[in-house]
Amino acid sequence: MSQLLEVSGVSVTFDGFRAINNLSFSIGPAELRAIIGPNGAGKTTFMDIVTGKTRPDEGRVLWGTKLQSLLSMSEAQIARAGVGRKFQRPTVFEDQTVADNLMMALKAARGPLAVLFWSPKPADHARVAELATEVGLGDSLARKSGELSHGQKQWLEIGMLLAQEPQLLLVDEPAAGMTLAEREHTTRLLVDLAKTRAVVVVEHDMEFVRRLNCKVTVLHEGSVLAEGSLDHVTRNPHVIDVYLGRSER
Amino acid sequence: MTRTYLARNPSVLWFLLILSLFTLGVTVLSEAYGVAFLSTSFIKTLGKTLCLCLAALAMDLIWGYAGILSLGHMAFFALGGYMIGMWLMYARTEGIVITALSNEALPATAQEIQNGIAGQIFGVVGASELPSVWLFAHSLPLQLMLVVLVPGILALIFGWLAFRSRVTGVYLSILTQAMTLALALYLFQNDSGLRGNNGLSGLQNIPGLADVSQDRISVWFLWASAFALGLGYLLVAWVVSGKFGSVIRAIRDDEARVRFLGYSVEGYKLFVFTLTAIIAAIAGALYYPQAGIINPAELAPIASIYLAVWVAIGGRGRLYGAVIGAAAVSLLSSWFTGGRAPSINLGFYTINWVDWWLILLGLSFVGVTLFAPKGIGGLFDLLQGLRSPDRKGAALGPDDGSLMEKEAKE
Repeated sequence: MSQLLEVSGVSVTFDGFRAINNLSFSIGPAELRAIIGPNGAGKTTFMDIVTGKTRPDEGRVLWGTKLQSLLSMSEAQIARAGVGRKFQRPTVFEDQTVADNLMMALKAARGPLAVLFWSPKPADHARVAELATEVGLGDSLARKSGELSHGQKQWLEIGMLLAQEPQLLLVDEPAAGMTLAEREHTTRLLVDLAKTRAVVVVEHDMEFVRRLNCKVTVLHEGSVLAEGSLDHVTRNPHVIDVYLGRSER
Repeated sequence: MTRTYLARNPSVLWFLLILSLFTLGVTVLSEAYGVAFLSTSFIKTLGKTLCLCLAALAMDLIWGYAGILSLGHMAFFALGGYMIGMWLMYARTEGIVITALSNEALPATAQEIQNGIAGQIFGVVGASELPSVWLFAHSLPLQLMLVVLVPGILALIFGWLAFRSRVTGVYLSILTQAMTLALALYLFQNDSGLRGNNGLSGLQNIPGLADVSQDRISVWFLWASAFALGLGYLLVAWVVSGKFGSVIRAIRDDEARVRFLGYSVEGYKLFVFTLTAIIAAIAGALYYPQAGIINPAELAPIASIYLAVWVAIGGRGRLYGAVIGAAAVSLLSSWFTGGRAPSINLGFYTINWVDWWLILLGLSFVGVTLFAPKGIGGLFDLLQGLRSPDRKGAALGPDDGSLMEKEAKE
């Protein structure tokens, strides 16, 4: 099976600290993957590298069937190529309405002139309303997103990601700060999404990862420690040693 | 769901209405077309104020909406003035030289006329050759193109260098101050080709309109300035109302997030920077024929800081706020510094407003920033009963929008 994203031999050093050390990772076009690891394992740095925020010192990051290198592209170009990212803290534009937030994220031309002369068509409004309903904000379209609760902001951000129609979704701790019901909703949504695209979930919460029921990659000190099903990796003595063992103590 | 341009910008109709009433009122009160209640010099002041309002609109677009505190936009304003000033001065001098040479026995050659013009314009800085920057000064259409092109291209190059290196915040402000200062120092030199510190003068005399009195010309320029301000308002309101406005406000609030949505933040900043530079330049091109003179002091860093102060006092992030701020503060400023404000005698000290006006302006700037961050424009929110939610108590969650203690109880 050809891979959607292939990261190979990537290393990055911050002031002498090796955040990522010869990391290799790949994911197919319709796959759900969870990345776990203790604090400082390089989970966020890994996402930064894929989305272009951080440039690695060495290694390759190849994208899509054309094996395009993401390393020479800007954050915006990578996002346009089809990589969407959800941050741990909900980051929505609080000064603007829910509808404006979604409209901005909607897949369309991104150049300044194209955007200046762009005006929403009925189909765009319908799509925005549909997305808002999907994330439970159907009756809040005209509200300023700054007025939303923490959980609603998380949902709005997920809605914005969906509007971007990415091929690869990087999701950082989606369940943080959510109630049990919201977590279940999130799980269902992520599993659903992974049927048509690649989804990478970075998570601390083992219970949540178990619900996702997918292949797990364990990161430790900037490289892959183990990969496989959750049961498989939790039986791995190295994993028990560095991650589970530590948390049980 | 789809709302029209006017529905999204309710202030546009009001603005255009008030602007046309103002223009009509001034025309009726003018010496040339009405009851001669307002002096020609005051009409010029009003016309110039309209140009400053247009520049303030540009400043509000780049600062209030895109969040880029440019402290160099008056450089573009002055450059626009220089570009139109070159034609005004050249064409008028040409007329004078041709008249002078027509008394000679032989008809003057083109070369003689050229030399005569150069000698007239540049005698004051000890040169007699027309510098190469005056190449197009003989042609009004070409020079009008330069009004847009010179500031536009300068903004494009400067902005490209600054935004590409991701210079933001106060560092960008300092850079724009350096730009306007460098440009002013360059223009102060006699060999910069724009008459050094003498600047360009006599700009109020419009070539071809020698028979028309300044009374009339001042009203014509007021009309032109009002028309430009109206068009500028329509343009800027259109720019900020759609998705483009959404994106630039998003850049102001969280530019990293906008990048991850796939928008090239640098491209947008460059676009807004260049567009606002061009608007400022057009405002300048209308301002200086009314002022009559332009010199490099107009590019002093303080001029651009004033522009930011007007927008801050008027209320940034709303277009009519910028216009109100620029009009109110610049008119008050000319009232206070014109010696017309009565001095206050405290017995032991006399407050002379010519000296104290800057202190008053500074205090009101600090006051507005601290106590009324929405500026004068915020008063309209009070009128409409729009208020930011009064949220009492501490936030329950870590984020700005989280429920406050007292809200949660309800």
